[in-house]
Amino acid sequence: MSTIASLHIGELGYISEESLDFIPLKLLEMGCLPGAEVQLIQIAPLKDPLYICVNGAHLAIRKETASQIKILKANL
Amino acid sequence: MSKNNIKIALIGNPNTGKTSIFNKLTGLKQKVGNYPGVTVDKKKGVSKLSATQTAVITDLPGTYSINPTSIDESIVLKTLLNKDSKESIDVILVIADVENLKRNLLLFSQIKDLEIPTVLAINMADQMDKKGISIDLTLLEKELNTEVVLISVRKKQGIAALKEAIIRCHIATKASPLCGINHKVDPDYFNKLKEISPNYSLYELWLMVTQNNYPETITKEEKEKLLAFKQDVSKLKKYQHKETIYRYQEINKILKKTYIVDKSKATDLRSKLDKIFTHKFFGYFFFFTILLVIFQSIFDWATLPMDFIDTTFADLSDIVKDSLQPGVLTDLLVEGIIPGIGGVLIFIPQIAILFLFIAILEETGYMSRVVFLMDKIMRRFGMNGKSVIPLISGTACAIPAIMATRTISSWKERLITILVTPFTTCSARLPVYAILISLIIPNKKILGFLNLQGLVLLLLYVLGFGMAILGAYILHKTLKIKSKSFFVVEMPNYKIPSFKNVFFEVLEKAKAFVFGAGKIILALSIVLWFLASNGPKSFTNAEKNVVENVVNQNLSQEELNKKIASAKLENSYIGIMGKSVEPAIKPLGYDWKIGIALITSFAAREIFVGTLATIYSVEADDENTATIKQKMHSEINPATGEKRFNFAVGMSLLIFYAFAMQCMATFAIVKRETKTWKWPLIQFFGMGLLAYVSSLIVYQILS
Repeated sequence: MSTIASLHIGELGYISEESLDFIPLKLLEMGCLPGAEVQLIQIAPLKDPLYICVNGAHLAIRKETASQIKILKANL
Repeated sequence: MSKNNIKIALIGNPNTGKTSIFNKLTGLKQKVGNYPGVTVDKKKGVSKLSATQTAVITDLPGTYSINPTSIDESIVLKTLLNKDSKESIDVILVIADVENLKRNLLLFSQIKDLEIPTVLAINMADQMDKKGISIDLTLLEKELNTEVVLISVRKKQGIAALKEAIIRCHIATKASPLCGINHKVDPDYFNKLKEISPNYSLYELWLMVTQNNYPETITKEEKEKLLAFKQDVSKLKKYQHKETIYRYQEINKILKKTYIVDKSKATDLRSKLDKIFTHKFFGYFFFFTILLVIFQSIFDWATLPMDFIDTTFADLSDIVKDSLQPGVLTDLLVEGIIPGIGGVLIFIPQIAILFLFIAILEETGYMSRVVFLMDKIMRRFGMNGKSVIPLISGTACAIPAIMATRTISSWKERLITILVTPFTTCSARLPVYAILISLIIPNKKILGFLNLQGLVLLLLYVLGFGMAILGAYILHKTLKIKSKSFFVVEMPNYKIPSFKNVFFEVLEKAKAFVFGAGKIILALSIVLWFLASNGPKSFTNAEKNVVENVVNQNLSQEELNKKIASAKLENSYIGIMGKSVEPAIKPLGYDWKIGIALITSFAAREIFVGTLATIYSVEADDENTATIKQKMHSEINPATGEKRFNFAVGMSLLIFYAFAMQCMATFAIVKRETKTWKWPLIQFFGMGLLAYVSSLIVYQILS
């Protein structure tokens, strides 16, 4: 299973339903919902944090958090 | 504030233009006050809604929800739950950004469930065409069951309509909830919760349970019942998750009918700029270039106004001295109060310039990119990406730097940043370093091109920064503070900064400094003046004794005055204090005169030079007026017959001034920002101990 942390720059995915319990409430409130489309925009120079766009929101989150959120990679 | 005022709370996500709207509605009628017990200021302002109606607007910190995770956000909740007191809110004005309406409506739906009359203002409406957004306003109003106003602060559109909507909303009766959390998540559970008290809405009760935040008005019995609901924490968490998802489902339903985005019309400036600003190499390159510019400006631009303030207050002292009758009151005014005020105001140019840059960087959205770039590095030392700004600012002055830590949401990371910032070499250390280096380090070149004195100065800067990082690491490992280290930063769209917002930001910071730190600097200046110009009997007799002793030496009036001043200083309370600390500082290589300078320079480091100048100007026997450096150079240690400022003493003093927290303004601001005496005292004694021990080791090794 992939997580947000395993995306490549520019790659898209959909947050999976089963990671609901692992998404911090704060991120949920900011739009990181199960089913939402998530794109990795940029990785900081020291490989952490990650800059993502989810549900139209542009957010920087730490890798630790990102690796807890499972996704389904979009088939392009 | 009169009874006719409508009490409005301004609330919204960060980066929605909330501050612009607050500035627009209130103009200069703003006041910054502290929330008791927390570290964040609350801003209030008065707005004229119509010819007959005024309002008091409280600007609450930007937040994504009312489930707080930082100190800022808990203020929002506290204010909203505060129902029955005089401060209770009549109308809530929720600001949303047209581009992120979905996420903004989450906060709105929570607010609506508090059942307080609410107006929704959708800002940046002028951007709708460009972003391909269209809104069915009438339907949206109906679906949300609230007043909705499209506005654009930048284009000055919709402000009048917004004011009318607030007045209408205020007259209307109790508002109804939007989502209601009971029927979807767990009806039984929430029905039981609702039964606890009829005085609060269901959502308010739910917030009290989940946030452990109870208003003063709640009865003991009610609180006990609520506490029973807290027992199953994992259930609470699960229900909060469910609640959020449910809210989003409802919002999606509403937006589907009322809000259309044509994505093909969206512009892509952001991703192009982000490619540069967060780039592996260019990202850091731009960041350090900007830092360099800020540095240069603080030192270059500030010099002129600082000199102006300095000379103005010196002139003012002279004018007052000449025009008033001599006496204790005049002395207090001329030697205590006026220089005291001058000593506060002299920092304003540096503070203003620094915050001008910080406000601009913040407004443009660039600061979030810096946080993104630096987070990983700073995290190793127990800080976070946002700690970079205070540490850099500290090279100008620790006071605005410590004020800049407010953006850090984790208390532990913020506290560590506050505690280590004074180690960075501030501009007040420069005069001390300059004179000591010139005394003990020969002015010669090494390796043919490096100036040895300059190199030592650079090393002192590195020492300060290194100590800050090391201190942070030690605190990180030892401080047992539980603080959520969860990190999420929104990367806002790039914007052209609003002049008005930048202006108010700089004004606010300058005001906070003058009224916060200023009071204490002024008070201590007066105390110092008193201690230096009063003393026991030997002080009163000092003048007579000097005149008698030098009667045959044929001194000029000027030299005589200096001798008298010196004798007075020696016998004043502060002179006696200098002598009494002498045993403690002797192992460091200092005598009582340096002791006086240490004591007085607790107020501000740069006073060290001035104090020594006063003391030594007397002992110097030569007739011409030598420079301070020459006087310090020729000062002899009577015990050894050697120079007082030899290499060992000089190095010891340099180290002392690098580490000790000799700045009462910093002390004051740390007290103000941490809202307790505990941390500034720990910081003061911690840094003092480090300075003492380091200087002791340095002196004992070198001498």
